[in-house]
Amino acid sequence: MNILLILPVLVPMTAAVLCMLAWNSLRIQRALSVIGAALLLAAGLLLLRSIWQNGIQAAQMNGWPPPFGITVVADLFSAIMVAITGVIGLATAVYSLATLDRERETFGYYPLLHILLMGVCGAFVTGDLFNLYVWFEVMLMASFVLMALGGERAQMEGAVKYVTINLVASAMFLAAVGMLYGVVGTLNMADLAQKLRAAPRMDLLTTIAMLFLIAFGIKAAVFPLFFWLPASYHTPPVAVSAIFAGLLTKVGVYALIRVFTLLFVQDVAYTHTVILALAGLTMITGVLGAVAQNEFRRILSFHIVSQIGYMIFGLGLFTVTALAGSIFYIVHHIIVKTNLFLISGVVHRAQGTYELKKLGGLYSTRPALSILFLIPALSLAGLPPLSGFVAKFTLVRAGLESQSYILVATALAVGLLTLFSMTKIWAETFWKDAPAESETTAAAMAISAPLASRWLLMMPIASLALITVMIGLAAEPLYVLTSRAAEQLIDPAEYIQAVLGRR
Amino acid sequence: METVLAFVIGALYAAGLFTMLRRNIVRLVIGLGLLGHAANLLIFTIAGLTRARPPLISQSFAPETLADPMPHALILTAIVIGFAVQSFALVLIYRVIQTVGTDDLDNMKATDT
Repeated sequence: MNILLILPVLVPMTAAVLCMLAWNSLRIQRALSVIGAALLLAAGLLLLRSIWQNGIQAAQMNGWPPPFGITVVADLFSAIMVAITGVIGLATAVYSLATLDRERETFGYYPLLHILLMGVCGAFVTGDLFNLYVWFEVMLMASFVLMALGGERAQMEGAVKYVTINLVASAMFLAAVGMLYGVVGTLNMADLAQKLRAAPRMDLLTTIAMLFLIAFGIKAAVFPLFFWLPASYHTPPVAVSAIFAGLLTKVGVYALIRVFTLLFVQDVAYTHTVILALAGLTMITGVLGAVAQNEFRRILSFHIVSQIGYMIFGLGLFTVTALAGSIFYIVHHIIVKTNLFLISGVVHRAQGTYELKKLGGLYSTRPALSILFLIPALSLAGLPPLSGFVAKFTLVRAGLESQSYILVATALAVGLLTLFSMTKIWAETFWKDAPAESETTAAAMAISAPLASRWLLMMPIASLALITVMIGLAAEPLYVLTSRAAEQLIDPAEYIQAVLGRR
Repeated sequence: METVLAFVIGALYAAGLFTMLRRNIVRLVIGLGLLGHAANLLIFTIAGLTRARPPLISQSFAPETLADPMPHALILTAIVIGFAVQSFALVLIYRVIQTVGTDDLDNMKATDT
């Protein structure tokens, strides 16, 4: 059995357990948290290399033969997602050291962070639909507590909505899993893929597919199921909203892509057209919602929604290029969006507010930070030579190949509106003169922040910005990787064979 | 028997959704619980009801005479998870009522957009 396959789950679990054992010593918890995240990144990269060299790999826990045992399987898509989770985990773990208040730290922030990472990685490597449900719940439980930890009024109100809508989605997911089991008699994804391809076309399967679409659509914040996201993501501390913004909705997108490439491809003309329509509407509503906002993190939250549309767009087109574009987009988006949230935290620290009206003048006091904001912001809008350009370009090309011109036009227009939102933040926060009263607080904050904590703040931001630029300048390796991952998704023969062996 | 259970499941879903739509936050949690039970019962029913055929493998092993043990394993897991989530939700609404000072969901719109 390949140990690399379960390391992405084992490493965060060990980190979380050790953090809990060191409950009374914050110093040890902090060190463990950073080391654990770094090891997770290393495990993710090793897994990616191993999958790239040897193809899709699968393992059966306790040696039960598939499809009866618990299957862990990693194809390139999973491996890419695990690696990127490691990147974001490390960035947020370091960033948390400088930004988190003592109260949250003492009440178990670090163990929770790692349990969250464990749930996310588990969802990426599982090869069984019911286990996917379990990993979702692990991830959700940790995210619930992270969302509510601290107990501020806004957090409480946000948490009620977040918890409710996610539990409704989970109940639907569970019902869909149960119905699928009733129809097909297995929940192992490779086995399901094989049996569903052999099965005669059934309307019930389309119904089940739509149930999955709704369940994962809520988690991924797809139109019209996204309202919980902008109502809750801006309430917790920045480190928490950064990791939520970067990773959690993308787990929903991952599940959508997995399920609608591996399992429900019987009635592509229907299901994937629905997905395409949702993609267009998600892009538009998200970006229009952002235009109306005047608070840093709320604008960013709405942009998550609009970006999800692009990822689903690639899935709806259902060609190799389009899926490659989707995966590329997910990677790009996770890095860029996390970075933007991290920067919003530094801005808040400098001027004590997220309201654009009360912000200003940061370009004169913090020029380096301003440039670091511009890089992910322009990348999000899709300006060359940054990573967003390559991602959007691939998707648009795939759209033109499939002749869905309306959606391509939508995607381009939404890109323009994204640029508008980003320039709005830029103009209000960095460029315009600082409002009179905030200058004094800014000066006070700047003096009080020790040098070491400044480094902890800026390191993750600078590294993520560097990755964005690197992806943009040298897109070829990542593009080759995502294309290969997309080929594996389109033709699941290798996946099925890796799990079930030769038949 | 399946027909009866189908109606029970439908009623549970309806009751759950109706309860969740009330303004009282305690009812919200009760509604969530009902939804979870409906899903569990759905798995139980749709996987096929078999009576008095325990899935114990004896000398004369014949799979078609046995009940399918899988749904029960699924439901058991789901119940455990549901229990944990419910207790978390109860603590959460307790804190919410303390912090916000009301149990009326209409007064919790400050973070909405």
